[in-house]
Amino acid sequence: MENLVETKSVSKIYQTSDLVVKAVDGASIQVEAGEFVALVGPSGSGKTTMLAMLAALLTPTEGQVIIAGHDLSRMKEQERVRFRREQIGFTFQSNNLVPYLTVLENVELMLRLNRRYTKASRQRALDLLERLGLGDRLNNLPNQLSGGQKQRVAIARSLIHNPSLVLADEPTASLDTERAFQVVQIFSDLIHEQNKAGIMVTHDLRLCRYVDKVIQMQDGRVADVISDPLQIAILADAAVQEPLPVSIPVEAINYPAVSIPVYLETAKAALAEDQG
Amino acid sequence: MSFYMAIKEVWRNKGRFFLFSLVIALITMLVLFIAGLAEGLATANREYLAKMDAELLVFQADAKLSTLTSRLGKDTLAQVRRVPGVLEVGAVGLSNGSLVFRNGLEDLDVSLIGVEPGKPGGAPALKGRNLRSTRAYEAVIDGRIARKSSLQVGDRITIKTVQGTEEKYFDLNVVGITDGRQYFFQPSVFVPIQVWDRIRPQPVAPGVDGEIAYNILAVRLRNPAEQALMAARLQSQVDEIEVVDLVTAYEASPGYSAQQGTLNTQRGFTLLIGILVIGGFFQIQTLQKVPNIGMLKAIGASNLTVGFAVVLQIIAVTFFGVLLGTLGTVLLSLALPADIPIQFTQTTLLAAMASLMLIGPLGGLVSVRLALKVEPLVALGLSS
Repeated sequence: MENLVETKSVSKIYQTSDLVVKAVDGASIQVEAGEFVALVGPSGSGKTTMLAMLAALLTPTEGQVIIAGHDLSRMKEQERVRFRREQIGFTFQSNNLVPYLTVLENVELMLRLNRRYTKASRQRALDLLERLGLGDRLNNLPNQLSGGQKQRVAIARSLIHNPSLVLADEPTASLDTERAFQVVQIFSDLIHEQNKAGIMVTHDLRLCRYVDKVIQMQDGRVADVISDPLQIAILADAAVQEPLPVSIPVEAINYPAVSIPVYLETAKAALAEDQG
Repeated sequence: MSFYMAIKEVWRNKGRFFLFSLVIALITMLVLFIAGLAEGLATANREYLAKMDAELLVFQADAKLSTLTSRLGKDTLAQVRRVPGVLEVGAVGLSNGSLVFRNGLEDLDVSLIGVEPGKPGGAPALKGRNLRSTRAYEAVIDGRIARKSSLQVGDRITIKTVQGTEEKYFDLNVVGITDGRQYFFQPSVFVPIQVWDRIRPQPVAPGVDGEIAYNILAVRLRNPAEQALMAARLQSQVDEIEVVDLVTAYEASPGYSAQQGTLNTQRGFTLLIGILVIGGFFQIQTLQKVPNIGMLKAIGASNLTVGFAVVLQIIAVTFFGVLLGTLGTVLLSLALPADIPIQFTQTTLLAAMASLMLIGPLGGLVSVRLALKVEPLVALGLSS
């Protein structure tokens, strides 16, 4: 299949008078249409910067970002704004929704921004919200919704205008486990059904069970790419079974300190021991 | 899109925006009242001169355009009449007196104005008739006096003045009522110039024969457009006079410029306060919305959409506030006592409202700039 998203040796370098930071360092990734990818890695590994470049929010210092045939690195600011509006669907960690718009209006926002608000598109928004279990919440304002409901509205908004690429930045960070699984499963289902490319940044390896590919970033580089469903399943299961130490940051709970291959080996050994 | 966003936000936060509109309404009321006061005081000071049916006024040369100190004689009057280009000249005498009421009402201080019947300087009667004789004890009174004391054409009034050391009372027939013609904050009573010379306050009792002294001469020109030319011609052909147009004359009235300057400064400061209050409110509002604006930009809202939405909100809130304030001012002014010198003219109201409508966008410029500078990266917790 053809790659819908492709980065070619992309780098992002931040430079101050006495400091040079390579947030992303020669990273190359590929995502096909209908593929849902998890971008994982510890804090500071460059995954959010990578996401920002994929979203046309940042221009790479080096390399190319190509989405649906468009080279983002060559676009002017106005073109990038338009590209984001038309080709990208976004779900953020927080502050996802416009607080003074209802659930339905928040979803319709992308249609209005793209001047594609019609009776038919409104019906599509209604159907999508119904599908996401928000049919009885259409006229509620965001402050009347739970965290999970808000993220589901954000998912609907990210898909309603039929973008090529759907991006999610830690979409489950503020949700409990059950709701987090629920939200990502819905996300995964819709991306697969609608044949979009989806990229989710997450610290939580347990969520990998819903993705087709895991890209691990470390120190700004792509450290590992796992596409084998069995290995992805082992990774996700191991993360679930990992005994959780007390009083350490949430991101450290769900993300192993070691690299994924080492972690995978440990996880496989532990599973074999259990079965034995 | 901007309109949609702006209206939705205002509508869903009605309480907050209404409260802020009330603040703008109060500022509007303050500005309008100051403007009304400035207009009312200016009118009270200049109304007679401003409405005069003349193009030029002649003062005594060294009188510094003061109607109180200017003295002009019959010779000067005759010389001015002979200058080519002059159509008509009316001698005017200005002094003060009190209108005494027999029905228990308090005495009313008035400007006692002596005029030549049928000549410039008088006031046309809107009810009754104009003055006819230079010697008849009759008067045309200011409409304000008529309203306040229920006087009508045909009534007799009594004017009290001090001559020498004695209070003297003079009865006059009211033959006409004119419109508002205040001078020096007092409503006017117009009497024939000869009668005025007899009843005006004087340092010594009348009886000593002497030439009548007028205060000013009101001049109508054959060609009203030639004011500057005629003023220069009059000054060159008649000795010891200073000739000015009506505006220069009333602007030179004692305290007029200082008073208007003070009120205009107050009005300016109130507008400045308005700019700062509106600017502060929308800046805080925009600062609170930074994450939201970042998210909107990240999903593809352009700077134009975001910035125009802020401008539209500012305009909508300012417009509503100004409208509310104007309505409040009009209602409140209806309840004000008649002797408070507040006067609203269409021009004053429109000018004040226009300046108030401008302060909204002006005050909001900072917040618009702030909104435009928000980076879409804040949606991802990043900054460039």
